[in-house]
Amino acid sequence: MAANGKNGKEVVIAVRDIVAGFGETNVLNHLDLNVYRGEVLGFVGGSGAGKSVLMRTIIGLVPKRHGTIEVFGVDMDGASDKERRAVERRWGVLFQQGALFSSLTVKENLQFPVREYLKLSQRLLDELAVAKLEMVGLSADVQDKFPSELSGGMTKRVALARALALDPEIVFLDEPTSGLDPIGAGDFDSLIATLQRTLGLTVFMVTHDLDSLHTVCDRIAVLADGKVIAQGTMETMLASEHPWLKAYFHGKRSRAVEQGAAAVHA
Amino acid sequence: MTATLLESTTEGERLRLAAAGAWTAQHARALERLIDAQTGKRDAVRSVIVDAAGIERLDTFGAWLLERLVRAWKAQGCDTAMVGLAENYRGLMDEVHGVSDEAPRRRRQSEFIHTLAAVGRTMVKALDSLVSSANMLGAVAVAFARVLARPRSFRLTAMVHHLENVGWRAVPIILLITFLIGCIVAQQGIFHFRKFGADVYVVDMVGILVLREIGVLIVAIMVAGRSGSAYTAELGSMKMREEIDALRTMGFDPVEVLILPRILALVIGVPILTFLGSMAALYGGGLVAWFYGGIDPEIFLGRLKEAISLETFEVGMIKAPFMALVIGIVACVQGLKVKGSAESLGLQTTASVVESIFLVIVLDGVFAIFFASIGM
Ligand SMILES: Nc1ncnc2c1ncn2[C@@H]1O[C@H](COP(=O)(O)OP(=O)(O)OP(=O)(O)O)[C@@H](O)[C@H]1O
Ligand SMILES: [Mg+2]
Repeated sequence: MAANGKNGKEVVIAVRDIVAGFGETNVLNHLDLNVYRGEVLGFVGGSGAGKSVLMRTIIGLVPKRHGTIEVFGVDMDGASDKERRAVERRWGVLFQQGALFSSLTVKENLQFPVREYLKLSQRLLDELAVAKLEMVGLSADVQDKFPSELSGGMTKRVALARALALDPEIVFLDEPTSGLDPIGAGDFDSLIATLQRTLGLTVFMVTHDLDSLHTVCDRIAVLADGKVIAQGTMETMLASEHPWLKAYFHGKRSRAVEQGAAAVHA
Repeated sequence: MTATLLESTTEGERLRLAAAGAWTAQHARALERLIDAQTGKRDAVRSVIVDAAGIERLDTFGAWLLERLVRAWKAQGCDTAMVGLAENYRGLMDEVHGVSDEAPRRRRQSEFIHTLAAVGRTMVKALDSLVSSANMLGAVAVAFARVLARPRSFRLTAMVHHLENVGWRAVPIILLITFLIGCIVAQQGIFHFRKFGADVYVVDMVGILVLREIGVLIVAIMVAGRSGSAYTAELGSMKMREEIDALRTMGFDPVEVLILPRILALVIGVPILTFLGSMAALYGGGLVAWFYGGIDPEIFLGRLKEAISLETFEVGMIKAPFMALVIGIVACVQGLKVKGSAESLGLQTTASVVESIFLVIVLDGVFAIFFASIGM
């Protein structure tokens, strides 16, 4: 069983002392991070800070130079192919650019992972594809479109639906709400909240969307200089004196959100 | 295990379906069968109660199947209610509750119509590709004229870069292949001509065949496979990522920026490769004639001088730039036809190679008729 964190919650992703980078430079520099079961972790940092690189390192796409990564208590380096595949089946990934399979239709994209892992009837597969599409706020008519025929926001939604196709326990989301209209982004946030409540989903979400950070994230971690420089709840972030955090959470753009949130709470 | 997932009890007109256990993806297959078995028509049943109290775990697969069970009974006109669902699953159930019934299935066409339509589509596509090739030829000519008027706007660096890729880097493989072809032609010639004691005519055959036909054809086919496909893939992936649209919005003409340098590089490169290839083939033929046929190099050269004239050489060389043009135009047209998917990139690249090799051979035939009629 996975180690428990100091607050008694189960740690599902344990990142220890990670170094990763390209060529001469190290993007991640001795980084440590815990992700607990059932939480929505919002990950923020400047453009090019290495958020996507961290996500790709955890899921094993970027080779690391130092450190260990444990997911569900399985050390991803020491794991056999079979163990690793079992872990991979339990997570879903939404890439920053969508990464839909361009030669499959939307429906086939959603069915692809399901078909590989579960032997279901075609009827059920079709129904589930429609259900997943509608859950992410798309109508059933897009199911026969090809990814190149989708708008940017639709691509994001389909990619989210595909990440959720197998009802994973962890989802990695790289900027899921960028490119969505505010209503769509709000729906997205409430979908994530629903899934977290009902399925106990753990969410690792890279985002710049202050609304999402306010409404769905249980905890926020900040990446700068290749390290996690701060983590905690929204209140901790707002109270922080760190100049970058101050600029991020108290900047011009965040003030409006704060006021909105305050108005809602009042 | 699966036996306990769904159990039914009938109480008079009322059917009670008790769902229990893990309604999750792992059991979805078994669950679907249970549900289908429980939704068969039963006249006696007036109302249905789905008791979800026993459900220990639920995910979207299970939630959808529960919803499907409820909907199936509702569709049969029974009062259907779900009771006992744990509070934390309520939100998920609400999500799937909003899902519309499956979109109407597309109707299936008959096999015959389907085949007929495919034939028609292929014909239209062939015609279309002819028209777009003519279009492209025109656009390239216009761009060329514009460049002639303003030579400074010509992208010399780009052309030299492409010339290096299609010409210089192709030299070793072209030399090797044409050399081998020359050897093979000479060997076959000697082997068969020897029966008539006419070995020495192999020199005529190798000389004429290589200079008029084989040199240029082999080179053109090699270039179509090697560089035509590369052009299509390059332009196609630029098209896919909207790079070509970006160029256009900045006020550049993609034909002038991307296509003209590529085609000119081919038009310059292919004749040079043809010349080198023909020489390599003659060299190979000469070597085989010497070692296998016992024809001394001096005799070979003397014989060659008599057998061929400058015309023979010209016939081959004149064809080269035209073949280059065909390859370049086809490759660029196909590249620009790529749509958003990786599959279409593959299809278009294949089409580019097949079509350009086909057209090169057709063109060779047309030239043969032309040269015969002007007596060359
Ligand atoms: N494949 C790669 N090769 C070389 N360098 C890379 C590669 N991928 C990322 N980098 C570099 O790593 C750094 C971090 O990139 P990353 O994509 O993680 O940024 P990010 O934090 O996700 O930014 P954004 O918010 O803009 O998505 C950048 O400096 C980038 O140039
Ligand atoms: Mg990123």
